[in-house]
Amino acid sequence: MNSPLKPVVNESGIPIQPLYTADDVSASGGLGMLGRPGEYPFTRGIHPLMYRKQPFTMRQYTGFANAADTNRRFKFLIDNGQTGLNVAFDLATQCGIDSDDPRAEGEVGRVGMAVDTLRDFEIAFDGIDLDKITVSLTINGAAAVLIAMYLAMAERRGFNLKTLRGTAQNDILKEFVGRGTWVFPVQPSIRLVGDTIEYCAEQAPKYSPVSVCGYHIRESGATPTQEMAWAFCIARAYADEVIRRGMPVDEFAGRLSYNFNIFGNLFEQVAKFRAGRSLWAQIMKEQYGAKEPGSMWLRMIAGGGGGGLTLEQPENNIVRGAYYALIAALSGAQTMALCCYDEAYTIPSEYAQRISLRTMQLLIEEMGLAATVDPLGGSYYVETLTNQMRSEMQRIIAATDAAGGIVKLVSEGVIQSQVSAQAYRMQRAIESGAFPKVGVNVYRSDNEAQHAMEMHPYRREDAAKQVAALAQVKRERDAFRVARALDRVEADARSGANLMPAIVEAVKAYASVGEITNRLVGVFGRYREPIRFDETFTVREAA
Amino acid sequence: MTTKRIKVVLAKPGLDGHDQGAKVVARAMLDAGFDVHYTGLRQTPEEVRDAALRERADVIALSSMAGAHLSFCERLKPLLDAAGLDKALWIIGGNIPAADHDALRALGFKGVFATGSRLDAITDFIKKQLS
Repeated sequence: MNSPLKPVVNESGIPIQPLYTADDVSASGGLGMLGRPGEYPFTRGIHPLMYRKQPFTMRQYTGFANAADTNRRFKFLIDNGQTGLNVAFDLATQCGIDSDDPRAEGEVGRVGMAVDTLRDFEIAFDGIDLDKITVSLTINGAAAVLIAMYLAMAERRGFNLKTLRGTAQNDILKEFVGRGTWVFPVQPSIRLVGDTIEYCAEQAPKYSPVSVCGYHIRESGATPTQEMAWAFCIARAYADEVIRRGMPVDEFAGRLSYNFNIFGNLFEQVAKFRAGRSLWAQIMKEQYGAKEPGSMWLRMIAGGGGGGLTLEQPENNIVRGAYYALIAALSGAQTMALCCYDEAYTIPSEYAQRISLRTMQLLIEEMGLAATVDPLGGSYYVETLTNQMRSEMQRIIAATDAAGGIVKLVSEGVIQSQVSAQAYRMQRAIESGAFPKVGVNVYRSDNEAQHAMEMHPYRREDAAKQVAALAQVKRERDAFRVARALDRVEADARSGANLMPAIVEAVKAYASVGEITNRLVGVFGRYREPIRFDETFTVREAA
Repeated sequence: MTTKRIKVVLAKPGLDGHDQGAKVVARAMLDAGFDVHYTGLRQTPEEVRDAALRERADVIALSSMAGAHLSFCERLKPLLDAAGLDKALWIIGGNIPAADHDALRALGFKGVFATGSRLDAITDFIKKQLS
């Protein structure tokens, strides 16, 4: 007698069969959404030749202490073959607070580089060719100011803004769900995102002003299908804001990009990306009337996987990272980044960062991942799961819209409460052993030899140096020009004009991140968190 | 027999925005029958003190993931002492390197729950300390 097989259900709630055949593909909806790479609906990839023509960009998250130290680490990574930069800012900068502000005490330069004025950007990117190395700024609450600073720095160094590429994270709605570097209330925050999209479309048309992040929603407790479905809802909210101002969709949608997470079941992740690519294309084409293929492309950075890494047996994270990179490559990500194996407890060492970089390079050089487009395409399992994941994402989007839309649900804390309830259940499942984590609840070694871990030093004297540098900039700048520029920022915040020209003028005058932010807070106020622990978001099964 | 529910003020100190862990711990405390006041993000030392006074906290719990725990706790301790909150139980959890545990205990944090701590270990510790 056979004992019944233990049921397997993936994190998105889809039951997994022991075997898939062509019948399962048909039953899940067939191959109508498959198409060819580079053609609508782009399930197999946004370009016809993908990595065969140009491998994924490698862009490790980097930044600590000050601009000079960070510039050295940038050059180390570029010398080791990294092809993009992803800038980590300290929390004060991310929250729009200057290094000399009492709220910045103990935070200056701790989890990223401190930036107060344009001077810091001039130092951070000194000697780096911004036409060859594209730069991604991981900045949200203070994004308008830091984008302005980046464009001002690039222009001053002689780069042409019409051709300058690069990305800012600038996704504030997810920041209210997870990550938490918000500044202003929801509505003015969305206005600022709209201002940056509109401004960049006109002034720096190749620059990507927004990278919509499912990533941090997933880290906060969302399932893979919720991650992608809610990212699309958020992207639509930004698109609606810009369209409301009268800009046609094809003038900006091509520069929207995405940031997604990879951890957990390999096939679920690959299916997530393939499903998401076709769903986004469909949304842009059918709901927004986009005509340009670029407007329909799900361009993305994928990887990270912080939520999957463990403090226990940290070397296992090197192996996890290798699988995450493999998933990103199998999924057709444009850009890849990996959390380093030591990143669960410290700023990564050069040693750890080089391992992450080599992990990605191995896929291209030795494993053949750059040779063929969408190598899992046509697998009965992957195609069935892709169809099922797409349907599930559609159900989540429909339920979100039916409940009043993502902006309302985030403003009221409904999404936050939902994902935290799920994170709680997951933590209990890990502690009970119901959800296996290697080294944590299976194959655990309680008497493990303590490996010497290289902890990144935090030097309190660096904060004093940063404060002194800011004081010097303030002494040397034209105080009248700064005051006039800040007044204009405040006036434009009140009038409803696009704030970017005023902010660009202010950063060029060496006004600080905190000075500009404080003027905006004076007009907009600050965000107040809706705190709740109920669970009200439900997805009804399709009839 | 009725017993007073344990009142916890759970705070996110400083600028650290990683609140997944704090909210998970808050839910574990609610399930354990505690009365939990979660402050949300961006609390200054003064705000933590004020919340603990206002809520008449039996337990003051901090969740810190971004490394600023020692600097914050050094500023918080004298404020709590001066407000008579040294009688409450102080605990801290999150991404706290082993090298900092003794310094935090010396400041008065009786429970230090680094990443990897079980939820029941936290709630059991509180119950035992307050029994």
